[in-house]
Amino acid sequence: MKLYPVRGGIHPEYRKEQTSEKAIVLMPMPAALYIPLQQHIGAPAEVLVKEGDLVKKGQMIARSQGVISSPQHAPTSGRIAAITEVAAPHPSGLPQTTIIIEPDGKDEWAVLPEPIADPFAADPHLIHERVAQSGIVGMGGAAFPSAVKLNLGTQKKLDTLLLNGAECEPYLTCDDRVMREYADEVIDGARIMAHALGTPRVVIGIELNKPEAITIMSKAASAFAGVEVIGVPVQYPMGSERHLVQAITGLETPARKLTADLGIVVHNVATARAVHHSVRFGRPLVSRVVTVSGRAIREPNNILTPIGTRITDLIEFCGGFATRPESIVNGGPMMGQPLASLEAPVVKGTSGILALTTEEINDQPTSSCIRCGSCVTICPCGLSPVEMAAFIRKDNLEGAAKLGVRDCFSCGSCSYVCPSHIPLVHYFNYAKGMLSDLERELRKNDRVKTLVEVRTIRIEKAAEAKKAALAAKKTAAAPAATPTVDEEKTNA
Amino acid sequence: MWIAIGILTLMGLVLGGLLGAAARFLAVEENPLEEELKALLPGSQCGQCGYVGCAQYAAALAKGEAAVTMCSPGGKALIEVLAKKLGVTADLSEHEEKGPENAFIVEDLCIGCTRCIRECSTDAIMGANKLMHTIIIDACHGCGKCVKVCPTDAIVMIPVPVTLANWHWHKPETGNTPSQPEVGHAH
Amino acid sequence: MTIPTSSGPFTHASTSVQKTMFMVLLALLPATAFNMYLFGWPAIFLFAVTIGSCVIIEAGCLMLAGRPVKVTLADNSAVLTGWLLAASLPPWAPWWIGLLGAIFAIAMAKHAFGGIGQNVFNPAMVGRTVLLISFPVVMTAWVAPHPLFSVGAPGFADAIAITFGGHMPDAMSSASALGHIKTELSRGIPATQSITQVPDMMDMALGYRAGSMGETSILLILAGGLFLMAKRIISWHIPVTVIGSLFLIAEIFHTADPVHFTSGTFHLLSGATFLGAFFIATDYVTSPVSKKGQLIFGVGCGLLIWLIRNFAGYPEGVAFAILLMNALTPIIDRYTRPRVFGRDRKGEPLALSKEKP
Repeated sequence: MKLYPVRGGIHPEYRKEQTSEKAIVLMPMPAALYIPLQQHIGAPAEVLVKEGDLVKKGQMIARSQGVISSPQHAPTSGRIAAITEVAAPHPSGLPQTTIIIEPDGKDEWAVLPEPIADPFAADPHLIHERVAQSGIVGMGGAAFPSAVKLNLGTQKKLDTLLLNGAECEPYLTCDDRVMREYADEVIDGARIMAHALGTPRVVIGIELNKPEAITIMSKAASAFAGVEVIGVPVQYPMGSERHLVQAITGLETPARKLTADLGIVVHNVATARAVHHSVRFGRPLVSRVVTVSGRAIREPNNILTPIGTRITDLIEFCGGFATRPESIVNGGPMMGQPLASLEAPVVKGTSGILALTTEEINDQPTSSCIRCGSCVTICPCGLSPVEMAAFIRKDNLEGAAKLGVRDCFSCGSCSYVCPSHIPLVHYFNYAKGMLSDLERELRKNDRVKTLVEVRTIRIEKAAEAKKAALAAKKTAAAPAATPTVDEEKTNA
Repeated sequence: MWIAIGILTLMGLVLGGLLGAAARFLAVEENPLEEELKALLPGSQCGQCGYVGCAQYAAALAKGEAAVTMCSPGGKALIEVLAKKLGVTADLSEHEEKGPENAFIVEDLCIGCTRCIRECSTDAIMGANKLMHTIIIDACHGCGKCVKVCPTDAIVMIPVPVTLANWHWHKPETGNTPSQPEVGHAH
Repeated sequence: MTIPTSSGPFTHASTSVQKTMFMVLLALLPATAFNMYLFGWPAIFLFAVTIGSCVIIEAGCLMLAGRPVKVTLADNSAVLTGWLLAASLPPWAPWWIGLLGAIFAIAMAKHAFGGIGQNVFNPAMVGRTVLLISFPVVMTAWVAPHPLFSVGAPGFADAIAITFGGHMPDAMSSASALGHIKTELSRGIPATQSITQVPDMMDMALGYRAGSMGETSILLILAGGLFLMAKRIISWHIPVTVIGSLFLIAEIFHTADPVHFTSGTFHLLSGATFLGAFFIATDYVTSPVSKKGQLIFGVGCGLLIWLIRNFAGYPEGVAFAILLMNALTPIIDRYTRPRVFGRDRKGEPLALSKEKP
C-alpha cells in the first residue's frame, strides 16, 4: 500500500532491545493498591464504596460522572483500607483522591456483566455502554475515555478504524509484546470496535522496527476481510494520531478538528484488547502491560500490572535500581512526564516506567541559540520553535500564540535535536500553561461581570419595589404592615 | 534657491494645514475609551486599585494617569487586555508579587451576621442570618471587600490553590544566555 | 525523590555547538592546509596571528560582559570566525591586518550585538570588508604561489620580515584572476583576451593561483563542503543555490556578450565562490532558518556576487553579497515560516475536505 510523507520528525536511538524480547510476565499482587478517582481526561469518578467495605475483583468502586468520565474498578478482591489523598503520577507530585485497597490474596472475581454473545450482531449502542461501564480509556497514554470515541459514529460519517501500533517512543515495547502475544485478542477487539463505530475498514499501523509484530498481526488479520496491517516508516512521532492518519491516508487533519471529521477514528492496540476482554468476558479494565526499562533498572521487563500498583513496588519487582537514576519517567522518554514520587500508582494510561541514567538522558547545559534551524526543519507541526522560544523568553506569550504555540503537542523533537540544548518544549509547556491560565482568568472575569450585573439589577429592582411599597403605604388610609422586601436576606 | 525655499514653505503650510484639519475633523472622542475600559473592569467597585470604584479607575486609565496593573481581582488576564486596549506595555513584574486569591471563611469565628453577604458584589457568599457562611469559590474574584466588613476577622484571603487541573510547568531557567549574565548571584 | 524541575524529553541527540563548530573546522582543514603550503611561512604566521587575536578578543569581550569565559570559548566559534577571516585575507598581509580584522569581527560584529547567536552579520565577513575598505592596497596585494621549501619561497626569517616587518617583496606580487580581468576591461581590453593571461581552469580548480589564504583550492573546499553535508551539519540548499544562480546568470551574459562578461565556469573557479557558498553563506547565525528561506538567501547571494563582480568598484563580491543578504535574513525568515500542520499559510484552520492534498 502507498504511504504518504509526513513532515519533519526525528530518528532517536530506540533502545527497545532492553525489553523487546522479554515476554509479558505477571506482577504478583502487592500489599496495597492505590486507585485514583481520575485516571483519564474528563471529570473524576465518584466514590461508591466506603472505608472497610469488602470488594471483589472487577467490582465498580467509583462511577463515572458526566459525559466525559470513566468509572474505576477493584483490580483484585480485598478490603477498602482508606479513601484519601495520595500523590498522583504527575510531575507536580500533587495529591489526588485515591481509594486504597488491601488485597485479600484470593483474587476473586465479582459477578461480571454477561458476555455479549455475538457482538457483530449486537446494537452498537450496547457495545458503547459496555466499554463505558468497563472503564476503558485510551491506553496509549492520553487516557481519553474510549466509549466517547466509539460513539463518534453516531455523529460523523466514518469509514476507517485506525489501530495505532506505531509505538514510536524509544524504550517502550508493551504494545509490541501485546501484538506479538495476543494478536487474536487485539484483532477481535478491533473488529468489535469497528462494528461499534460503523466503519467497514480496519487498518493497523505498526512501525517497521517491529517486524515480528507485523508478521504475527498480518497472519491474525488475514482471516478477516477488511482488516489490514500496514508497516509505517520508523520516524518519531509516527504514533501521533494526526501524523499516523497523514502517513496512511495522506489526509491532513485541520486545526481544531478531529481525525473523525475525516472519517477516521484512531485507537491504541492495547485499548482494542481491553475492549475484547470487556465485550467477550465482561471484564473491566483492571490491569495493563507496562514496560519497565532504562539502564538504571536491574531487570527491565514487560509486566502485566494490576492498576493501582505503586511504582516503587513495580520497580522492586524488576530487581530495583542498578544505579542511581537521574530521572524516573512515566511514559516514553520523549513525551513522558517525570515523576515526583515513586509512591504514585500505575494508572490506566501508564505505558512505561523508565529509570534513566544521566548518560541516557544526555542533557547538557544550555548555551546560546546559534539559529541552526534544526528545530524548524524537524518540527512535525510546521512550527518555528526557535522564534516561539525567543518570544516566550521575553514573556511575550501573545507573540508565541500567534506563531502557533497552542498547536504544539509537545512531542519533544525540537528539544531532542537542539545543539544548544535549549529546553524548547519546556518553554512551550510553560507558555501553554500560562495561556490557559489567562483564558481561565478571562472566563472568570466575564462570569464576575455577569454576576455583578445581575446583582445590580436585583438591588435596583428591590429598591424600586421598596419605593412602590412605601408609596402604597402612604396612599393607603390604614397603615397596614406591608412586608418590605429585604433583598439582602433573600439572596441565600 | 528662493524657489526651493518657496516650495518648502508652501509644502509646510499645506501639509500642516491638512494635519490640523485632520486633528479637528477626524478627532477620536475620548469618552468612548473610558466607557470601553469601564466595561472591561470587573465592576465590583472593590477599590483595591486606590480609586473609589471601577468607573473612576477607568477614567484615570483613559487619561493615562493610572497604571494598567492596579486591578488585582482582574488578574494578569485583565492587565494584558487593558495594555492591549491602551497600546502600552504592561510591567507584569509589579503584579507578580501577589497571585490570585480567594476569600476563605474561618468557620469557628463566623457569627453569621450577613454583613459580608451584603457587601459581596458577585453573590459569592452563601449563608443566612445567624448561620455560618461559606464562599462559592467559582464566583469569588478575590476583591477582599468582605474581609474589611467582617466584625470578627473570620474572613481571610488565601491564594488560589494549585491543583492537578491548573498546575503547569514554570518558566525554564535561562542559564548563561545573553539576557541573563551569570554575575551577581547571591548564593 | 525530588520534585522534577524540567519537563521532557529525557533523551537528547549527542549534538552540541562545540561539536558542530569542530566539524566545520575539520572540513576547512584540507583546503587551508593546502593554502598554507602554497603560500608558505608568511601565510602560516598571519593565520596564527588572526586566530590567536580572535580568541583573545573573544575572551576579553566575554569577561567584560560578565559571562563564563572558559565554557563559551570552548564552543570553538571564535576559532572558526578567526579561521574564516584568515582564509579571506591576502596571504602575505602584515600581522596588524589580522589583529585589526579580529577586532572588527569579534568585538564589533559579534559581541556588540550580544555575542554568539545574536549577530546580524557574519563576523568574519565584516572583518574582511572593513579591512578591504580601510586598507585597499594591502588587502589586494596578492602573491603568486610560492610553495613551502620551493625555490624562491621565503624562508622562516624572510617570512618574519614579511608578516611582522611589513616588507612585501614587490617582485612576488600577482593579481588575482578576477582583479586582472577587471583591470584589463577598464583599459578596454576584452575579457576574451585577458582570460588567456590567467591560470588555466585546471590550475584554478586545483588552487594553484593567487588569491586569499583559504579560498584557492576549489576541490578541497568542495570535499570539505560535501563532508559537512554528509554529516548533516549543512544542507545543500544554500551552497547549491549560490553556485547555481551565479553560474546561470554568468553563463547567460557570457553567451550574450563574451567581450564584457566572463563565463560561468570562470566565476565559479575564481575568487571565494566556493569558500563563500559552502562555509560562509551557510553560517547558521546569519542565514535563514527555514529551507525555503535558505533557497532565497542562496539565490540572492549568487546574483549579488555576479552583480558586484561585474558592475561595482571591487573585483570580488562574495563578502559584500553575503553581508547584504545577512541584512535580509530576518525578513526572509519572517516570510518563509513553514505552514503549520492543519492550517493554511495565513494560520487559519484548513477547510475540511477528504481530498488528498
